[in-house]
Amino acid sequence: MSQESIGNTVGASNNVNRNATNINLQDVIREMDRLLQQRLRPMEERIEQLEEISLEGQLSQRRHNSECEEEYDGEIDDEQAYEQATRQGLRQQEPRHQRARPRYKLPVLSGFLNSTQTPMKKQKQDNPFNLVAEEIIFIILDLLNRNSLAIKSFSLVCKSFYAVESKHRCSLKPLRQERLPALLSRYPNITHLDLTLCSRVSDASLSLVSHSCASSLRSIDFSRTPLFSTYGLLRLALNCKNIVEIDLSNATELKDSALAAVAEAKNLEKLSLARCKSITDMGVGCVAVGCRKLRFICLKWCFGVGDLGIGLLAVKCKHLCFLDLSYLPITNKCLSSISKLQHLEELILEGCFGIEDDSLAVLKHGCNSLKSLDVSTCQNISHNGLPSLINGALGLRQLTLAHGSPVTSSLADCLRKHSMLQSVKLDGCFVTDDGLKTIGNWCASLRELSLSKCLGVTDEGLSSVVTKHRDLRKLDITCCRKITDASIASITNSCKSLTSLRVESCTLVTREAFVLIGQRCHLLEELDLTDNEVDDKGLKYISRCSELSSLKLGICLNITDEGLIHIGKGCSKLVELDLYRSEEITDSAILAIAQGCPGLEMINMAYCKYITDRSLLSLSKCPQLKTLESRGCSLITSLGLKAVAVGCKELTKLDIKKCHNIDDAGMLPLARFSQNLRQINLSHSSVTDIGLLSLSSISCLQNMTILHLKGLTPAGLAAVLLACGGLKKVKLQATFRWLLPLRLVQYLESRGCMFQWKDKVLQEKLDPKCWKLQLEDLMP
Amino acid sequence: MDLKDKVPRHASFTQHQQKWEDPSILDYSRRIESPFLAFNQTHTSQIKVPVQHGVVNELVQASKVQDWDPSAMLDNLSFLEQKIHQLQDLVHLIIGRKGQVLGRPDELVVQQQQLVTADLTSIIVQLISTAGSLLPSGKHTLSAATPSLEQSGQFGGVVFPSAQGLNDGFQPQNAGGCKVSGLPNSVDISRKNGNEQNHIIEEHELKDEEDVEEGESLIPGTYEILQLEKEEILAPHTHFCTICGKGFKRDANLRMHMRGHGDEYKTPGALAKPNKESGSEPTIIKRYSCPYTGCKRNKDHKKFQPLKTILCVKNHYKRTHCDKSYICSRCNTKKFSVIADLKTHEKHCGKDKWLCSCGTTFSRKDKLFGHIALFQGHTPAIPLEEAKAPAGPSDQGDSNHAANKVGSMNFNFSSNVSSESEVQSSMDIKGNVDDPAGYFSPLSFDTCNFGGFHEFPRPPFDDSESNLAFLLSGSCNYPHTSGED
Repeated sequence: MSQESIGNTVGASNNVNRNATNINLQDVIREMDRLLQQRLRPMEERIEQLEEISLEGQLSQRRHNSECEEEYDGEIDDEQAYEQATRQGLRQQEPRHQRARPRYKLPVLSGFLNSTQTPMKKQKQDNPFNLVAEEIIFIILDLLNRNSLAIKSFSLVCKSFYAVESKHRCSLKPLRQERLPALLSRYPNITHLDLTLCSRVSDASLSLVSHSCASSLRSIDFSRTPLFSTYGLLRLALNCKNIVEIDLSNATELKDSALAAVAEAKNLEKLSLARCKSITDMGVGCVAVGCRKLRFICLKWCFGVGDLGIGLLAVKCKHLCFLDLSYLPITNKCLSSISKLQHLEELILEGCFGIEDDSLAVLKHGCNSLKSLDVSTCQNISHNGLPSLINGALGLRQLTLAHGSPVTSSLADCLRKHSMLQSVKLDGCFVTDDGLKTIGNWCASLRELSLSKCLGVTDEGLSSVVTKHRDLRKLDITCCRKITDASIASITNSCKSLTSLRVESCTLVTREAFVLIGQRCHLLEELDLTDNEVDDKGLKYISRCSELSSLKLGICLNITDEGLIHIGKGCSKLVELDLYRSEEITDSAILAIAQGCPGLEMINMAYCKYITDRSLLSLSKCPQLKTLESRGCSLITSLGLKAVAVGCKELTKLDIKKCHNIDDAGMLPLARFSQNLRQINLSHSSVTDIGLLSLSSISCLQNMTILHLKGLTPAGLAAVLLACGGLKKVKLQATFRWLLPLRLVQYLESRGCMFQWKDKVLQEKLDPKCWKLQLEDLMP
Repeated sequence: MDLKDKVPRHASFTQHQQKWEDPSILDYSRRIESPFLAFNQTHTSQIKVPVQHGVVNELVQASKVQDWDPSAMLDNLSFLEQKIHQLQDLVHLIIGRKGQVLGRPDELVVQQQQLVTADLTSIIVQLISTAGSLLPSGKHTLSAATPSLEQSGQFGGVVFPSAQGLNDGFQPQNAGGCKVSGLPNSVDISRKNGNEQNHIIEEHELKDEEDVEEGESLIPGTYEILQLEKEEILAPHTHFCTICGKGFKRDANLRMHMRGHGDEYKTPGALAKPNKESGSEPTIIKRYSCPYTGCKRNKDHKKFQPLKTILCVKNHYKRTHCDKSYICSRCNTKKFSVIADLKTHEKHCGKDKWLCSCGTTFSRKDKLFGHIALFQGHTPAIPLEEAKAPAGPSDQGDSNHAANKVGSMNFNFSSNVSSESEVQSSMDIKGNVDDPAGYFSPLSFDTCNFGGFHEFPRPPFDDSESNLAFLLSGSCNYPHTSGED
């Protein structure tokens, strides 16, 4: 009974507003705490009684018996408590896989764990957790949910923990379809099944899924998973009555018949069909008729779908609130029915070239409920047509006009009265000063503005925008090559609450300007200074941004260890650091970063030629490290790699291309310890067959780039490819294509592995400075 | 019968299709079947071109050919004339041969030959006069004026007999119910008949479809309402020969027929088109009512919408109130009550590829989607051959199921409209009809079938890691202690 209700409640809360659930969760935990205290008292009493008994000289055996008897009562207590809890409205729970760990602490729980440690050690069957209601353990597990290793350890403690964890888990992301039968029999309450990691999913597996999670399954994700067909989908749609969400993205082979099968899932609310290139209006028509509750549909890149399908969708599915029609050959014809959708909040029309100004006038009132509109790359929509599309939508919050018609004052004028507007993206548009000044006069106060790669952005225009929109949180001025220190000064002067600033390749900005960023914008969380003149002094000031989590310093040739040591000292929350081709960096900088930023998840040290094993050794102290790129660091050896493998258990992505000193000795510890590794690039290293073969023990490994490996033989490669069962993508030299048996390649492809045959000759090594100069020459 | 088929076919050789596709001429040639007997006694040489002139001229005017380039047209037509002569020879030959083969008496062969000759000659006469009528307007009016003058003199003599004959012809047949009745403003049919017929012919030539005049808004009372009886509408002919009783669809055909009854019918006046009475009295607009009570086209209906011509009445009555007796031989589903509709359909039959779950097919996708948008529960049906999704190379075991699924999927579509119980029954039937794999019906799927999951054929390579354990020995033997360094 309890399992079922948990399954249901989890699903039901899927749609609940996140904020609301967070508040609910707090209440739940508080309530649980109170309950726990209530329940703990009798238990403590019981333990005291037992202690008294033992004091009276009873045998431990008898004590065990009495405990067993008590256990039964405990069970009843649990039931009552559960009923009580449900009566008090405790059924609200958030889906576990989405939940952030709440900061609320349960002091009682920890105390409880301490107090019960002793009996646990004595006798396994004395497990006092049997006395605790499953729901309470579920709550504990929810808190652990971020940490998959912790959950795993939990389930391995004892049989009852194992069983509880099996019941608790509702989200599953299997690595191989071969393991599905076992997994599904272990976890009966799966509501969300993510099959994206499986290299292939056969119809038989889908049948199995549909049979074992018949009523519980609510969401399934097939994106990036080939080789299933209509039959499997039909099974799923017919058996899993409660399925709400299906992601079929990238199923390029999928035909209309498959959508006809999907249409059998009558309760479907969310469907993603991005890049399903073979589907047509007919299939979409089936879905439109079958899935009347549809709220979210993504049809990006479905070239076969036109006005008719979309028109029918808008007519039949009245509840649609998200509609992605990017790059569809649609015209104005279907827009009138779309504009009648009462609940539409987000409409994406990116790259719909068929939509033109002329007939947009039909939509005088537009979509009233619209909150977000994306008409990027719609070159046929200008300031003449835009008003008719958005005039009704006074609640518009987000507008993307990227790569569209020039942003002139007349275009900007269309939006003057939209007071709710928060985010505007004008990436790649030609922008005039007048246009920017008009944006400055909007009655909305923007939170987010993106002018990435806009031509025509000058100091004057940019200053007039930022001085008016002082509440800006995110600003992107990537590649606005005309701006100078003056812009940076006015940005930092007016927008003090910026959390994200991207100033990549603003080459006219001098090194002094970056000091201003550090002096004035202390709330920055994301800063992109790639390809700029920033120097150590600038970094010293930037290190004052203590909230900084992502810092990109690629191709900043002026920075040295000194600046990074400041960063390491000041920015302890750093998660992402990009030092691509920042050549002067040495081991001491990395040491400072590794010591100062324990939460580091991603570091890119590509082509920092002075980096040695000592850097890797210091990075091994960052347990969260997931991505390590040390391409072209020719000084590092297998020894350093071993340290990283041992220290960073979470490592998922490793790029050691052109690290000539790394050989098989580095692969062995990797294979032994980095069980989460998914992607590896070993090109130009000294790894041979043996090292590669050892990697096959990493069951997660999906993506492998092995070009220019001198020690690789066709036979060895064949063995490696066969042994790595989960491979999805392999980049190989074209010469191997004819050396591998055709049958083997076919078999691997049928297993879901994709081959990319590369035929590139090794390029001359370029000096980064001259490479940068070349880049500048290309610019006007 | 053979003749009837042949004439239009030869006509198509003349490479002057637009002329022949004109309904009047086609109809004429089709009708040739009936006047066989009459033509038996005629001699081709006796047909006088000028006599026919007026009639054909009218026809041509009606068929809207005036705005073509006249001189080019004439050249073209004289060429056609030659062609038709050639054809005439050809037909002679064919008929002669056929007669011999069948061993018919010589007399009959000769008769038939004469028949064909008569037909073809009349067509040629028409063509020549057509060409004449296409000449510049000065000459045109001149030539047109002559017969009309003659006509006016002979009006009483020519028109009345035909009108009389008409009445004689169908009055006994229709048991007295044929008279236009019940209308205060209805005119005496015997007096006005000629005029009316004339009017009809004109209208017929112009439009066949009743819906063309849909938008017409005449003020009630400004026009005359005529209502024909059911039998009259369904009668195949409206013009009957007073002498032999033979029926014709068109008055012109009847007049052609009349020539065979004696020389008095061969005068230009008798053969000329009975023209409208010269503008002395204003022509009253005539509209028609459908005899079916309750029909919107019936004059008693509140929102009465009159029909414009007799042909409209006929087509309307057949389409709306008669059985659809013509079935398309290709699809065996579509039925029509008007043969022309069937022929139109046959042109497109088989090209309807847009299918709805209710079984309706559409020639255009937008029509299908309009249909689906309109009706609840209808859904686009995916064609069968497409539904066979390609199974993965190692999924041969599945492909069988998938193929089986295709059938039941289509059935699922239809289940949208039918009731649950029907679904069950049709499913059972399906299970019986199909091969043993039929037990994979959508609702009775159960665990035992999952045996297939373990059994489905695999390629020779086994991807389980155990087989390669020997290769992995290196990694297995790796000293575990090294991790604790």
